[in-house]
Amino acid sequence: MEIKAIGCEPLQLKRMHIENGHTLDVYRQTGGYESLKKAMDMTSDQIIDEVKASALRGRGGAGFPTGMKWSFVPRDSPKPKYIVCNADESEPGTFKDRYLLERDPHALIEGMLIGAFALGVEACYIYYRGEYHYLIDLMNRAIEEAREANLVGKNILGSDFSCEFYTHTGAGAYICGEETALLSSLEGFRGHPRMKPPFPAVEGLYACPTVVNNVETLTSIPQIIEMGGKAWQELGTEKSGGTKLWSVSGHVKKPGVYELPMGYHDMEKFILEDCGGMLRDDKALKACIPGGSSVYAMRADQIIGKDVTLDYEGLVVAGSMVGSGGFIVIDETVDMVDSTRNLTQFYRHESCGWCTPCREGTDWLVKIFDRIWAGGGRPEDAQLILDLCDNIEGKSFCPLGDAAAWAIQGAVKRFPEDFKKHLIHNGN
Amino acid sequence: MATVATDYTNKIEVTDEVAEFPEAVVEEMRSHLGKYPKDRSRSALIPLLFVIQRERGYIDNPGVNFLAQFLDLEVTDIWETATFYSMFNLHPVGKHHIQMCKTLSCKILGEPELTDHICSKLGIKAGETTEDGKFTVTRVECLGSCGTAPMMQIGFDYHENLTKEKLDEIIEGCE
Ligand SMILES: Cc1cc2nc3c(=O)[nH]c(=O)nc-3n(C[C@H](O)[C@H](O)[C@H](O)COP(=O)(O)O)c2cc1C
Ligand code: SF4
Ligand code: FES
Repeated sequence: MEIKAIGCEPLQLKRMHIENGHTLDVYRQTGGYESLKKAMDMTSDQIIDEVKASALRGRGGAGFPTGMKWSFVPRDSPKPKYIVCNADESEPGTFKDRYLLERDPHALIEGMLIGAFALGVEACYIYYRGEYHYLIDLMNRAIEEAREANLVGKNILGSDFSCEFYTHTGAGAYICGEETALLSSLEGFRGHPRMKPPFPAVEGLYACPTVVNNVETLTSIPQIIEMGGKAWQELGTEKSGGTKLWSVSGHVKKPGVYELPMGYHDMEKFILEDCGGMLRDDKALKACIPGGSSVYAMRADQIIGKDVTLDYEGLVVAGSMVGSGGFIVIDETVDMVDSTRNLTQFYRHESCGWCTPCREGTDWLVKIFDRIWAGGGRPEDAQLILDLCDNIEGKSFCPLGDAAAWAIQGAVKRFPEDFKKHLIHNGN
Repeated sequence: MATVATDYTNKIEVTDEVAEFPEAVVEEMRSHLGKYPKDRSRSALIPLLFVIQRERGYIDNPGVNFLAQFLDLEVTDIWETATFYSMFNLHPVGKHHIQMCKTLSCKILGEPELTDHICSKLGIKAGETTEDGKFTVTRVECLGSCGTAPMMQIGFDYHENLTKEKLDEIIEGCE
């Protein structure tokens, strides 16, 4: 698997190939914790302004501007405040955070410390998906190293800023990546999402002001402070600042984690050259789902010869979304009815069951896909599937329902020839 | 992610028995409480359920009764959380719990053939445990390792870039 930057200096991936890059010593030798020192000489407003100027958008999937999210946290709350790092990483096709957590844990600690200093936070939690158990020990060790160096705990670097770090795991539930479900889970409950508003920035963990940010969002913070928000933004485009990690899997020769400047040109080159091209030379590209499984799949003819730029705006124009940046590359051997059946099973399994449209809708969709796959497809099934998706999208309690609908609608609308092959039987 | 095929007719045995643990394990459990505010000890529930599962093999009723006392919660509070998360096994599983990732990237790179291979090798179907209690095979959703698909997890260990040969080797290496 490849881990490399293309079209930019590695920032997120700076320490990926440095021996012992996960240790405090090497982290410091490569400039680590200098940004924290710099930030501690700045005011809260100055730090938040730099993050705003960076045009950093949350890397967890929703793409919400991070500086704006931070500015929603009340300054003079009598309650304690929290930063929670979302390391749940469960979106199919996404695996970038795992490498950051494994090989650059101090970058996350430093990013969270800068946020904590700016927002007056005294406790940070890192919420891992349960399956990432092996990464917890690594992070706990990094936290202890930082504590010994007076970077975590009481009176950090001799100042009156104190901040504690704790790790926590989930136990197998995709929905716990959704920020409010994550907070329910962190409080020891079932991972059901909560009504918004109030947003976590105002009432989050233990009903206290809480910032929830993705791993990659937080590891970007030290870079932004180091080079200045404006300079970081300029690595990318006006509205999509900086560089971003893309996880690439499926039918390519070189799957991996790639760091690209936002606005990278173009998607065709990225798949067919940078990622080594199609896995089997005689099998052509059929589709790519570019943002983790929860976005519209793109047909090859929406990619090839289409100058698709890789950033938040470019992918929308091209008919999809950045999402979590998980490219799933699919060649012509794959039947999109089969692949969509697979994803429908995923969403049914991961639906938390809280609201009816998503719980029942995904269950019926699986039943329909199973019937089609068993040879009982009917001509009207394509419309039936779209109608069901319509009754989930925008009518569910949280975005998981929308995500399921998008994944399925995209396939039905864009790959009608695959569906037609299966929808032949009349009435049985 | 479902780790065990849930058989709803397979009722959980109800008992008043409370599990006992060596002092070192209780100490470990206490250490988890330290991560959360004093009046928020329920936050430790998931980490503690992992300890119960490790010590007892699965989430059993005596273990749950212990946690209810330990956290001063109702038994139903513990079950409410335990039954939501698919990594908690509500029934015994084999010594080696093989979890094949079945989601899209792993599927299109050969998971179905690998699962068939391992199941026929062990003489069980996905969701079942071998008679000697050594292996359980389940098919689970994306494990965040799609770049090295197809892959699986045994217990907490990741095994990536799988082939039939590699799979055979790993299984034969399981004691
Ligand atoms: C169903 C669902 C699953 C999600 N999974 C993740 C996840 O695994 N990791 C993540 O960082 N964000 C995930 N998110 C997005 C979070 O809700 C939230 O927007 C994010 O953690 C905010 O951080 P950011 O602004 O830094 O991206 C998910 C959202 C939904 C609706
Ligand atoms: S949309 Fe699905 S995941 Fe979200 S609350 Fe409803 S049932 Fe739960
Ligand atoms: S699809 Fe198998 S690890 Fe993601």
